[in-house]
Amino acid sequence: MIFLNVDNPSWMITPIIVPLTAGLLCFLFQRKTFAIALSAVLVNLLAACFLIGQLLTCGPMRYSMGGWQAPLGITLRTDGPAVLMLLMTGVTGFAITLYARGYFSFRIDDPGGTDRHQQQQRYFWPLWLLLLAGLNGLFLSNDIFNLYITLEIIGISAASLAALSGKPAARLASFRYLLSSLLGSLTFLLGIVFLYKSCGLLDLDLLRNLTENGPGVRAALALMSVGLLLKTALVPMHFWLPPAHANALAPVSAILSALVIKGSFYLLFRLWFEVFASSITTEALNVMGGLGAGAILWGAIQAMRQHRLKLMVAYSTVSQLGYLFVAFPLSRAADNAQVWSIVIFMAMAHACAKSAMFMSAGTIFLHFGHDRIQDLTGVRASLPITVLAYGIAGVTLMGLPPSGAFIAKWLLLSWALASCQWWWVLVIIAGSAMAMIYVFRVISRFIVIPEGFSSQKLEFHSRLLEWPALALALISLLLGLVAPWLLHILAKGSIDLTQILPGGLP
Amino acid sequence: MNWEQLLLVSILLSSLIPGIIIFGLPEERHRLRTILNLCGAVVKISLIVIMDIGIYLGHTFEIRMPLIPGVELLLNGDPLSALFATLSSVLWLLTTIYAVGYLEDSPNRSHFFGYFSLCVTVTIGIALAGNLVTFLLFYEMLTLTTYPLVIHRGTDKSLRAGRNYLIYAFSGGAVFLIAVIWLQNVVGPVDFSATGFSPGFTDSHGTVLALIFVLLILGIGVKAALVPLHGWLPQAMVAPAPVSALLHAVAVVKAGAFGIVRIVLDVYGAQNLLLLGVLPLLGGIATITILYGSLRALQQDNLKRLLAFSTISQVSYIALGMSLVDQPLAVIGGLVHLVHQGLMKITLFFCAGNLAETLGIHHISKMNGVARRMPLTMAAFTIGALGMIGIPPTVGFVSKWYLGLGSLAAGNWWLLGILAISSLLNGCYFLPILIRAWFGKQQESWPEELYVGRFETRLMLLLPPLITAFTVMAAGAVANAQISPLAWVRFIVREYGL
Repeated sequence: MIFLNVDNPSWMITPIIVPLTAGLLCFLFQRKTFAIALSAVLVNLLAACFLIGQLLTCGPMRYSMGGWQAPLGITLRTDGPAVLMLLMTGVTGFAITLYARGYFSFRIDDPGGTDRHQQQQRYFWPLWLLLLAGLNGLFLSNDIFNLYITLEIIGISAASLAALSGKPAARLASFRYLLSSLLGSLTFLLGIVFLYKSCGLLDLDLLRNLTENGPGVRAALALMSVGLLLKTALVPMHFWLPPAHANALAPVSAILSALVIKGSFYLLFRLWFEVFASSITTEALNVMGGLGAGAILWGAIQAMRQHRLKLMVAYSTVSQLGYLFVAFPLSRAADNAQVWSIVIFMAMAHACAKSAMFMSAGTIFLHFGHDRIQDLTGVRASLPITVLAYGIAGVTLMGLPPSGAFIAKWLLLSWALASCQWWWVLVIIAGSAMAMIYVFRVISRFIVIPEGFSSQKLEFHSRLLEWPALALALISLLLGLVAPWLLHILAKGSIDLTQILPGGLP
Repeated sequence: MNWEQLLLVSILLSSLIPGIIIFGLPEERHRLRTILNLCGAVVKISLIVIMDIGIYLGHTFEIRMPLIPGVELLLNGDPLSALFATLSSVLWLLTTIYAVGYLEDSPNRSHFFGYFSLCVTVTIGIALAGNLVTFLLFYEMLTLTTYPLVIHRGTDKSLRAGRNYLIYAFSGGAVFLIAVIWLQNVVGPVDFSATGFSPGFTDSHGTVLALIFVLLILGIGVKAALVPLHGWLPQAMVAPAPVSALLHAVAVVKAGAFGIVRIVLDVYGAQNLLLLGVLPLLGGIATITILYGSLRALQQDNLKRLLAFSTISQVSYIALGMSLVDQPLAVIGGLVHLVHQGLMKITLFFCAGNLAETLGIHHISKMNGVARRMPLTMAAFTIGALGMIGIPPTVGFVSKWYLGLGSLAAGNWWLLGILAISSLLNGCYFLPILIRAWFGKQQESWPEELYVGRFETRLMLLLPPLITAFTVMAAGAVANAQISPLAWVRFIVREYGL
């Protein structure tokens, strides 16, 4: 069986096909949605691990769907960053799936509104699996039109998920989200048109070796970047994010904050640092860094001012995204692999920590019926594991050792100091200090039990609501300790074209 | 993994595992919690003693764990870490006994003792850290694990104190982080070693390295409570007495002082610092802190606040000793004070806690004649206070003697004067308390007398201060013996080849 060989590149369609099929099956078998979804995310996680193993043994691979070679056909490929993003999605997705199960059964057990919650759950599973397939497709695709399609799948399923809670605020927020997301995709599509017009190629590897650097390519890159920035919610294009993330159901918030924005960021980063690296000017990098710095500060200031827990966590996402962009201007002082490592560490740590934080916030919301920060004194007495998860995730957001975010910040600071760009140092430190304030403003309330405090006895209690969040928080905290492995995987870098296309470039 | 590495890991685990189990224990499992705590503490002490012997016999205890190129975690047991680890683990055992007695019947004990164990794990981590990155890791964790203890009471006042503590500690941590990264950019990864980095860098990057030294001291000075970075410490007094004892004598302030020692001796090294000419700066800050702490202590009526200012003053003796790094006698005085100050200060805090817990006395003005009601507690307090003043044969005398000899050898007459003034000031604020307690007449009934029993207070509250007070006397009297803090410090100084 040639197909089952370990070094067969066609394995890399598994993380796309399996969630997609499972999503369709969820529509067909509405009784067994959780079982289908759980097995799909499990297979997805295993596939991610398998692809990592394959990458380590056989090196990066390309796979042409249907046997059609580029530039005609559509290609997928694996390399270090892609498989790490797959792993991030796999792990976070698995935990979120378990949490979503606990979340919906808690809501359904809740007397009153049972129908509504069952309805929500019915739509949640297929949409989530569709989104997962889209994300995996985004990480693996090597064709820019194919990437556009995955962006659309992600955008539409994410906006629908955000609308699930059905409350007016959520509907409005998700509508805005949908419009921004569509606008972003259309701008991206326009960029593709320019690109195809000026070079006639869509395959990323082929584009990369293109020497042409005319106005067409630049315009295309500018348009695609703006579209992706809108989807990534970089300040000042972040307006849609906080309401959409804060008003969604908790598992949805976790998905949106942890995974969806990482998808468009990943694509943007890949375009800037691999495909069009030669067209990028220092000024452009500095602009991105400046916007990133703005995001760090503005997001953190807003997060400190919020009175509602979920809004605070959403603004913290705006802030944390900024660190990813501050890596841009420092790329001139470091080589590509090092910038990749900053971005990957930051993205993975943030994905785990932020989903853990949204899950904790959701659990607290479920049990107390509100998330007003000032009324959340003594939550620890009722939900100790949740508070622990929240605290550990907060430590990661602050970038304290040994979290993955610490590694990323260490590298950022190190290069900022080495290249004498001390203003980035100030921004990063200020961002971390503000993160400390907004994290501890909440934690100090949670853990304090004043004298004479009577803890609320909770009727329902589900382990699935607490432990996945704690597991993710611990992963984010201990990510720094496995840094050598991640770097090892990352170092299996990008494809050497001469290996893949023995006949040379077309 | 050889037995040395296994030993290092089990030293850390011996308090981490009980801590994690205790978090999960229901509130009412009082006995099991106490047994876990005490077993952990005893096991830890035995393991550390084995490590001490191993270090003395010349074994290397080292675990390396690379993270990213240039950044690795390194646990390393050297004579200096043995000093701090032994001190922390012994005092942790006593503080645990004390805390069990102190918190009897109070709520949230699982939470308290869980963080208590984590805190000591982290402190031992600081002791064993073998490079700046590892030190930084445990240093930040120390803030995280002590914060819940500081705000344990949950009052507005304690929350405010906790907030200030966090802001101070993390700002210090951020400055420290920048300094560490910068240093690493200039001289490459440095492990703690007896000589510091290569003197070649001092010639080529003199100004930058001097600046980094200042940043490092600023960053670490927050925890060591150097003036003007000391603001959090007097406020943190709202924490329960065992926590204060832990903060002052074992963990936080001590970790800061230990960090200064590491930076001076192991990162920069005597030779580089003399070339850079930054030592007078450290000496100056230390002198100001010593005098300022004592002067502020004079004005206090709240006993615990007085002790806090006294800590600020006393811990700077360590920094002072380090600023005379070329004088072996001064280094001995500074290092041995790390242990001696811990013993004396923990005694004083235990006694202050006893007064507050048994009689409800928080203020010095209420202490008239208290020695007749609690003679043993006040005897221990007296020994601790006399030690702080530096009266022989207590350990305080030994520290000051060596510091004085060191400053004489350095030709620094004015430092000797500072030491004398400081002792005088110590006398000025401690002696009135002693006189009041022993010879004053009780004017009114005690504010809240909670306990009347066979002893003057609960046995678990009484024993720890008696043991530490006895040690304060004994370690001073037999300072020249084969096994004493002083002997070990001499061994350290020999290892450094000073």
